[in-house]
Amino acid sequence: MAVIDRTDSPVDLDVGDLYDQYRMMFLIRRFEEAAERQYKAARIGGYCHLSSGQEAATVGAVSALQPDDLLVTGYRSHGFALARGVPADAVMAELFGRAHGCAHGRGGSMHLLDVSRGYYGGWGIVAGQLPIATGMALSLVRRGAEQAVLCELGDGAVNMGAWHESLNLAGVWDLPIVFFVVNNLYGMGTSVERASAEPDIFKRAGAYRMEGERVDGDDLEEVEAATARLLRAAREDRRPAVLEAVTYRYRGHSVADAGLAYRTREEIEEHRSADPLARTREILESRGVPPEGIDAIEAEVEAEVEAAVAFAERDEAPAVDRLAAGMYAPGSEGQFERMRPGSPFGEAELVFAGGLGA
Amino acid sequence: MSGSGVAAPAPARAGLETMTYREALRLAMRQEMERDERVFVMGEEVGLFDGSYKVTAGLLEEFGPDRVRDTPISEEGFVGAGVGAAMLGERPIVEVMTLNFLLVAMDQVVNHAAKIGAMFGGEVRCPLVIRTPNGAGNQLTAQHSQSFDGWFAGTPGLKVVAPANPADAKGLLKAAIRDDDPVLVIENLPIYKEKGEVDLDPELLTPIGRAAVAREGSDLTVVSHSFATVRALRVAEKLAAEHGVSAEVIDLRSLRPLDVETVAASVAKTNRVLCVEEGWPSYGVTAELAARIQRACFDDLDAPVERVGMAEVPLPYAKELELAAMPNEDRIERAALAVLDLAPAL
Ligand SMILES: Cc1ncc(C[n+]2csc(CCOP(=O)(O)OP(=O)(O)O)c2C)c(N)n1
Ligand SMILES: [Mg+2]
Repeated sequence: MAVIDRTDSPVDLDVGDLYDQYRMMFLIRRFEEAAERQYKAARIGGYCHLSSGQEAATVGAVSALQPDDLLVTGYRSHGFALARGVPADAVMAELFGRAHGCAHGRGGSMHLLDVSRGYYGGWGIVAGQLPIATGMALSLVRRGAEQAVLCELGDGAVNMGAWHESLNLAGVWDLPIVFFVVNNLYGMGTSVERASAEPDIFKRAGAYRMEGERVDGDDLEEVEAATARLLRAAREDRRPAVLEAVTYRYRGHSVADAGLAYRTREEIEEHRSADPLARTREILESRGVPPEGIDAIEAEVEAEVEAAVAFAERDEAPAVDRLAAGMYAPGSEGQFERMRPGSPFGEAELVFAGGLGA
Repeated sequence: MSGSGVAAPAPARAGLETMTYREALRLAMRQEMERDERVFVMGEEVGLFDGSYKVTAGLLEEFGPDRVRDTPISEEGFVGAGVGAAMLGERPIVEVMTLNFLLVAMDQVVNHAAKIGAMFGGEVRCPLVIRTPNGAGNQLTAQHSQSFDGWFAGTPGLKVVAPANPADAKGLLKAAIRDDDPVLVIENLPIYKEKGEVDLDPELLTPIGRAAVAREGSDLTVVSHSFATVRALRVAEKLAAEHGVSAEVIDLRSLRPLDVETVAASVAKTNRVLCVEEGWPSYGVTAELAARIQRACFDDLDAPVERVGMAEVPLPYAKELELAAMPNEDRIERAALAVLDLAPAL
């Protein structure tokens, strides 16, 4: 595993990266719980999509990335950002709309990003990220780089035209990209069976003569192994692929949705009883990690999440007089200069006062 | 397809009822579905989920899955399917979750639906309704906070209406459903919960192409539509209370066709005009208004036509930035005072 830092593990046993991965899964769970509380306390606004229940799929896939691989996701992405190594402080500050958020408080929950870690967003239009990720894979090929793109999407995105067009492009151009479908059984209130004529999403890869595979998205090691294998094929042999991880979201579609109108409490309970965190913890214990060692992680993570909330609370708001910061590339001022006379709402003024660049 | 399908008018359930904008829209759909079996509803989450904004709540239960059809997330597909069904004489009401997502189906709307009447010489019509809300204000950020009303209203072949209150929501949606051309009904997120009196008479429609004088006044005309009308009415009250100014508010209701006559009649009386919209003003609804007003009212104007709209940036997430960017009531008030020469020019 490349990016998740190795903690000062109190455990001498060699359990590979599993210990750190469990810690990351636990961090994501606690982070999402904190985000929900802060949303309900009106410190987070907009749409806030939580990924509780999907931690194994998230951490497993991101673990398989090399440091210079690229990651592109949809909007349910707090976990992906954290797993890619974006500090919890910067993610929470973004959710709070603060200046030191990872998108400077301008993107919010749906538009996280960290270019330094190869994480290119955080996109809110279903399937909109697919062609973009495909273009990044094209760029990697043009540079002759042995890198790959992991493009996350939901089960709902596979019925958009952009899915078909992206897979076809990746196929005809032999692009180094893995389309990672997080199938959590629902797109908002619509189950995969009701939305998809071919609900076995991985099989659709066959239409583009690319490899398609389905894994138990709640099995961390299975997700990681499959992602690693497909990313390697993408990097080394320029073979695009579809990987479908079947998992479940515990919470509603967003914090505003109770998530009960289209599924039963029993169904949710059934999935919770096979919780990916518990499953991963069991594996750790079965490999000899003592429960105290695992409990230590949990206390540590809780402190980290608390600290992230405190950081976000303390952080300043973005400056209102830089409303348009980043909108146009530095050097564009001259182009807007002559828009000034007679302009009541000041496109030119915004560009100047906003200060170009980030 | 089902012949003309229109049932004899139901006996009028006369009377007024206070209801929300979303309830008024639902009433319109229910009445039209009862009246005409060609009318059906489709869109994401309109059935089992009762609608993302609960506009279609209860309709699945009442009319069944053939007439209230959940779709996959496939805007281009199901908006286009609406076009095709409409060409064969159905009356589809396609709900698109928000105006932002209609961009994915832009090709079907602009390149297809809007072309059918003219491009085929009037041989075939497209009586399609697309319902979708615009609007911003809940930190939904750049990709989910947009109002492209002007883009669609600038497209020959489409009709575009945008009700600002429950009575017009019912009346305009019904008029759109009965219209023989593609009509985009732009609803609005913040207005969904607003209440108002609605006439239950199923034959009472709001005519397309007619603006309304939402508030009478003599010193200044404020022209607006959709949520901007709600804001304009609030500002008009404030102007009266705090500045002794009598503002007339014209609610456009229809953007295409546009009722220039009502706007011009008001400007002839007040001689001063402020145009307000929720979207970006450049190349927008207020740009169109300014061009038409300067021509229709050149001799009546005592001040330049002024406009207020969204600051010209993709809407940022942070609450402070979002508030600063929106066409908020302070900005409208300041602009109104400037038009009246009671404050410095903008
Ligand atoms: C083009 C488009 N249509 C509709 C929406 C509204 N919307 C946001 S998320 C969502 C459901 C997506 O489900 P899925 O892809 O399964 O992802 P999940 O939410 O389950 O992670 C919908 C319909 C949107 N954002 N973009
Ligand atoms: Mg899903």
